[in-house]
Amino acid sequence: MHELSIVLGIVDIAATTVQKANAHTVDRIELEIGELAGIETDALLFAWDAAIKNTVLARAIRDIRHVPGKARCLDCGEVFDMHELYDPCPKCNNYLNEIIQGRELKVKALTVS
Amino acid sequence: MCSTCGCNQPADAVTITRIGEGLHLDLGHNHAHSHAPFSAHHHHHHHGEEHTHNGHSHHAVTIELEQDILQKNNLLAQRNRGYFEAKRILALNLVSSPGSGKTALLERTINDLKQDLSIAVIEGDQQTTHDADRIAQTGAPVVQINTGKGCHLDSDMVHKAVRKLDPPNDSLLMIENVGNLVCPALFDLGEGGRVVIISVTEGDDKPIKYPDMFFSANLCIINKIDLLPYVPFDVEKAKSYALQVNPQLRFFEVSALHGQGMDKWYDWLKTQFAHFRDYQHIH
Repeated sequence: MHELSIVLGIVDIAATTVQKANAHTVDRIELEIGELAGIETDALLFAWDAAIKNTVLARAIRDIRHVPGKARCLDCGEVFDMHELYDPCPKCNNYLNEIIQGRELKVKALTVS
Repeated sequence: MCSTCGCNQPADAVTITRIGEGLHLDLGHNHAHSHAPFSAHHHHHHHGEEHTHNGHSHHAVTIELEQDILQKNNLLAQRNRGYFEAKRILALNLVSSPGSGKTALLERTINDLKQDLSIAVIEGDQQTTHDADRIAQTGAPVVQINTGKGCHLDSDMVHKAVRKLDPPNDSLLMIENVGNLVCPALFDLGEGGRVVIISVTEGDDKPIKYPDMFFSANLCIINKIDLLPYVPFDVEKAKSYALQVNPQLRFFEVSALHGQGMDKWYDWLKTQFAHFRDYQHIH
């Protein structure tokens, strides 16, 4: 359940941002989570409710943007949708690929007041 | 309970114990996060409809943060990495499911190599100093991290454990992570290399069931090969799955209990150790 650590990290980032902006609370938080980031969204949501109690995120609207996985084949150069880390290039069946999108794990924006 | 984040970790959740000295470092409120002030590297852009007056506002402001959630862990991991490089310490992060034989592998490795290499150990478990006590029997300096409810080590825990361990220059530091094939994958500790261990009593499809761990590893040790006649584990199938996730992964098949195959692992350790001292990375 490393998702709990991730949520605690988000709470920490939110608390620091609120303090720095001289605000009191977070109205809305926008997260970016890549398909290949190693995060289970269900587990994250489960951890979320427990971890945000009595924090600046307690009443925040949560907006999660899922970023689809994309890779480039290091053999033929084909760019393709990668849903699992072991997906081969659909053109030449090569497993040596460079992930170009989908590892994101970010707090993108916060609306504070 | 932590008053800032509201999590349910008790104040003494993470503890670090140096075996043999009766010392006990209570980390107090310190899990995957802390409440330190903003990193100096951030800049963020406000674009709310309302102005803030002397930084005091009652109106909503949107801040485009674009901050990596793991940034704090990654920054501290790089600090650990710099410390290891300066002291020419090759740190290896050993990851696996519980019961794959990480501690047994370390025990035999230390006993067989202690004349050739200086080896120190950080043990990670949720509870007890059982593993660190076993390592202490070999004579190697060892520190136990107990993560409480935590399912992985992070760079902050390792930073504090290293300070307590104070490993000598030109040594090998083995960091045995919490037995868990999922969570430790995301957390860089500042290690020079990552070694994933699977045992033949597990399923040979582990590499594609838990791909993140195999994706981030440099080496895969297949342990308990003395049991191969009694289990349906297909070594070639396991390797082929692991290579789908990570085509550059290398493998050693060993029995940490009886010693088969350990020579190749020792050669690898010695070669990587020498390479790391010269080039600050493994190959």
